[in-house]
Amino acid sequence: MKYALIPLLPFIAFVLNIVFGRNYIKDRAHWIAVPAVFGSFVLAVSAFTDVLSGNVININLYSWITSGDFHVTVGFLIDQLSAIMLIVVTSISTLIFIYSIGYMHGDGGYYRFFAYLSLFVFSMLVLVMANNFLLMYFGWEAVGLCSYFLIGFWFHKKSAADAGKKAFIVNRFGDFGFGLGVILIFLTFGSLDYMQVFGQAGSLLGQTIDLFGYDVDLATLICLLLFCGAVGKSAQIPLHVWLPDAMEGPTPVSALIHAATMVTAGVFMVARCNPLFNMSEIAMNTVAIVGGVTAIFAATIALVQNDIKRVIAYSTVSQLGYMFLALGVGAYSAGIFHLYTHAYFKALLFLGSGSVIHALHHAKHDDEQNMQKMGGLRKHMPLTYRVFIIATLSITGIPFLAGFFSKDEILWRAFLGGELGRFLWLLGTIAALLTAFYSWRLIYLTFHGSYRGGEGQEQHIHESPKVITVPLMFLAFGAIFAGYVGIPPLFVEHGDKIGEFLAPVLGHPEGHGTHVQEFFVMGASIFVALAGWIVAYTMYLKKTDLPQKIGSLFKPIHTLLFNKYYIDELYSRSIVQPVLKASDKIILAFDTYVIEGIVNGLPNLIGLFSRKFRTVQTGFLANYGLVMAFGVLCIIGYMIFVR
Amino acid sequence: MEDIIYNQLSYPILTWSVFLPLIGALVLLFMRNAHVVRWTALLFTIATFIVSLPLLNNFDKSTHKMQFVEIHEWIPTWDIKYFVGIDGISILFLFLTTLLSILCVLVSWKAIETKTKEFYMAILTMEAGMLGVFVSLDFFLFYIFWEAMLIPMFILIGVWGGQNRVYASIKFFLYTLVGSVLMLVGIIVLYFYGGRTLDILALSEIQYPVKMQFWLFLAFFAAFAVKVPMFPVHTWLPDAHTEAPTAGSVILAGVLIKMGAYGFLRFSIPMLPDATLIFVKPILILSIIAIVYGALVCFAQKDFKRLIAYSSVSHMGFVTLGLFALNTQGVEGGILQMLNHGIITGAMFLMIGIIYERTHTRVIADYGGFAKLVPLYAGFFIILTFASIGLPGTNGFIGEFLIIFGAFKARMIWGVLAATGIILGAGYMLWLYQRIFFQDARTDYEATGAHPVSDINVREVITILPLIVFIFWIGVHPDTFLSYMHSSVENLIKNLNMTTSYAEYENMLVKNIMELF
Repeated sequence: MKYALIPLLPFIAFVLNIVFGRNYIKDRAHWIAVPAVFGSFVLAVSAFTDVLSGNVININLYSWITSGDFHVTVGFLIDQLSAIMLIVVTSISTLIFIYSIGYMHGDGGYYRFFAYLSLFVFSMLVLVMANNFLLMYFGWEAVGLCSYFLIGFWFHKKSAADAGKKAFIVNRFGDFGFGLGVILIFLTFGSLDYMQVFGQAGSLLGQTIDLFGYDVDLATLICLLLFCGAVGKSAQIPLHVWLPDAMEGPTPVSALIHAATMVTAGVFMVARCNPLFNMSEIAMNTVAIVGGVTAIFAATIALVQNDIKRVIAYSTVSQLGYMFLALGVGAYSAGIFHLYTHAYFKALLFLGSGSVIHALHHAKHDDEQNMQKMGGLRKHMPLTYRVFIIATLSITGIPFLAGFFSKDEILWRAFLGGELGRFLWLLGTIAALLTAFYSWRLIYLTFHGSYRGGEGQEQHIHESPKVITVPLMFLAFGAIFAGYVGIPPLFVEHGDKIGEFLAPVLGHPEGHGTHVQEFFVMGASIFVALAGWIVAYTMYLKKTDLPQKIGSLFKPIHTLLFNKYYIDELYSRSIVQPVLKASDKIILAFDTYVIEGIVNGLPNLIGLFSRKFRTVQTGFLANYGLVMAFGVLCIIGYMIFVR
Repeated sequence: MEDIIYNQLSYPILTWSVFLPLIGALVLLFMRNAHVVRWTALLFTIATFIVSLPLLNNFDKSTHKMQFVEIHEWIPTWDIKYFVGIDGISILFLFLTTLLSILCVLVSWKAIETKTKEFYMAILTMEAGMLGVFVSLDFFLFYIFWEAMLIPMFILIGVWGGQNRVYASIKFFLYTLVGSVLMLVGIIVLYFYGGRTLDILALSEIQYPVKMQFWLFLAFFAAFAVKVPMFPVHTWLPDAHTEAPTAGSVILAGVLIKMGAYGFLRFSIPMLPDATLIFVKPILILSIIAIVYGALVCFAQKDFKRLIAYSSVSHMGFVTLGLFALNTQGVEGGILQMLNHGIITGAMFLMIGIIYERTHTRVIADYGGFAKLVPLYAGFFIILTFASIGLPGTNGFIGEFLIIFGAFKARMIWGVLAATGIILGAGYMLWLYQRIFFQDARTDYEATGAHPVSDINVREVITILPLIVFIFWIGVHPDTFLSYMHSSVENLIKNLNMTTSYAEYENMLVKNIMELF
């Protein structure tokens, strides 16, 4: 039961800060939030060791909704998968909370920031710890809510308010599918409890369902509906559009929510539902293809962006694509492994860029996220520079840092996955090349060369304070060593500790290859990592006029990439504008003119009739006599001729 | 008469609950001082609330039978009785009505300056009328209360309303009257066919011929559909809501429009089961249209209050969808969503009234940046916004989820179509919130400017807080409320006696119309 405190501690911090923050706690908000989240971390470690010793904790707290045969509880499941997620979420949250003390110092909404952040941690922990689909859905929506609050944290900026709204609504499209998937699961299995649903997953085999007149494989339908939610939350094609805009939020938010934890919820969910996904090859292939395509698609956009946070955001989308690729080829533990290493190096990249932005902000830089206006920061911010290098080495997959192990595992598993797998491996490897290029481009533009910002700013740029740099160092440690729990058996017998640990939940991936093949895959990914590095080195450090030349040489492609394939414009034209136009020009017009026309027209019609009819009453006796005589004639005629 | 449980309490609790507000209205008649009037009205609404509270404790959740029943002869010649009682379907509405009435008095404290006495008399009469509708088990009594509600509402809108109040009040009155008259015809037919009795329970026992059910259903449908309001007879609602004073809007949204759905539950479905099954498909289609159509209209609204009014059309579409899914989850979700909508939209109108007192404008474009000017107010409003969107953890989610679940269970397509309303709902509500609260404020609303806008005060917080509590209570532990309705809903579904599949019922309409002519 004490593990119920893991989510509850941050929730208490949220309540205290939101209720008393404005008038009483103010800029002491971190004194409540940081201990709370650290407490969760300690409990999470305790839960982890508990699971490590072979216990799986599954408790129901109370009955949530009962209606007829529908029943769902509030309860928690801590198994191998959620234990790892708990460690990732609480450890990174703790570091980012501490970082935020420095980063958000002096902001008018300081208490609000910590309140929302605490609420987020609560929601994320509920999502991870839930033991049934509906409670996961609760966490799922609640993290979306926090994301909305935190993206729009500086709500006086229109762009921030827009971005928050966009994130929420785009996610709703995904949740539309997710919610229906949850309902379909209940109708199929008669329960939403993981244990019961996954226990009966085998019964899905061969079942079909009538969908608008077509017979559809039930397992495929359920999995694709669930995957809709994952596509939204984890920003995969075609619902990736919200994540880059989400960078409007404060940088710690980008690191925690939009890199390390929330956006990986989709990956977690698919991994959690692996018994269902295993029942449908179509669904698995869809996951793999969406992942692989997103990985390379987002990487191409990142090549030409100038906003430091947006480059990292697209990088996140791309790395999430890798994770889905892994899940789709059945290498669930590889996907979770990458989720775990990615959390450290990507949080580090974001917080590092936050450190840069923080420094430039204090130097009164007016365009503090534009890399074209940076340069030469290496000498002013040596520590930030160094951790940035570590993160970059890690993400590009240089041996033997964290990213190397997890990325290599994914590519290797893809390689073994038949023809489709080979193709996806190729996509992944090309994406790795692009990753290396844009990551080093970021480093060179930001930290090398000479300063390109405004005059008189450079001497004001200083390294960030300890409260910011210490969390960076912790994360750098993670970015280097986090991968050592998953050393391929090629190097160390039983080195894949994480894979073995997760096996009870996620199973063992299929497929075996030769050592030669494995060395080839590994060599290829190291080769592209170095190649991308060298190209970036040449273009941005040696021949600095090259980017310009290449850019103008391939003008249309550059424009296309720079404008993110015009997807936002496409959605705006095809969905947003039509809805607004339809509501104004068609629906409202229908309401005002047609329905109201009839409603108001009826009395008018009656009025019209009565006005016309009134004239019959002329008051002249002769007229009445005439009409009467006519009537009598009619009756007589009727009597004689008709009867 | 074994189908009822007589009142076991030492006093006639339902009679007291219904008539206490009426006594209050009479007492007000002899008062002059506006301040005393306010306090007396508040006292009577609170007293009514307290008097009705034992209902919740002493309610027997294990049975669908009518409870706390009181029967007295009234007009024996026509077998008209004073017959009241409640079951699991009506009890929560009683509670909602007594609660909202208190809040209506509170929110009008400063807003109503003219004809104060008459205003509170109207509110109290209104309360008595609404409570009467929910407890009546005799058609005559029911019809009296049903029509009696109209008059105070008509006066509330017509006297204390906005600029276009006369048009709105007459429209409201005529619209609902047309429906009620048809219902009266239906009641008279029932009276003669059912052996000259107006006892609702007795009339529910009788098997009516299908052809008769068909016409009766249409007659009742006219009254209830207008009240709900269902598409396309919804256009009185935006006008009435927009023009009504805050308390009027709260009552309208909170209780009055629930009467239609309540009527379906109490009369149409149990009395006319065959006709219900015949009409299922068109009603579901109208519900889906209402959900999507109501939401789309919201995007085009420029008036704060009107937008919320149209959102009611969309939300009530969910309610009727749930009720006519005709399974436990759908019906329970529908009933819960009626309660939820009363709480959320009631609270929304309270909030709009609160801010209107300060800004004197309802035009959305006049707002902006209010999160900075009135942070506490903005905080409360965001809770309501997300409850309205149906975020898990709030009451809106439980209702919408059960409804979509029920609809999906009845037939997939209904669930899928209804779920689109959730995307649209998030769209217009968040856009509204952004336009009211985010970005920069207009300069003349800045605290230093010509129209200082002050944050929500203690009285207003007290007004809004109970509803906020219920939003989370129902969201986190809905079983408290759902448990009241289980037996009654179970019984309702059981009596429908659905032998063939749901899809077949959907195709019965055409066949039956062919047979009728």
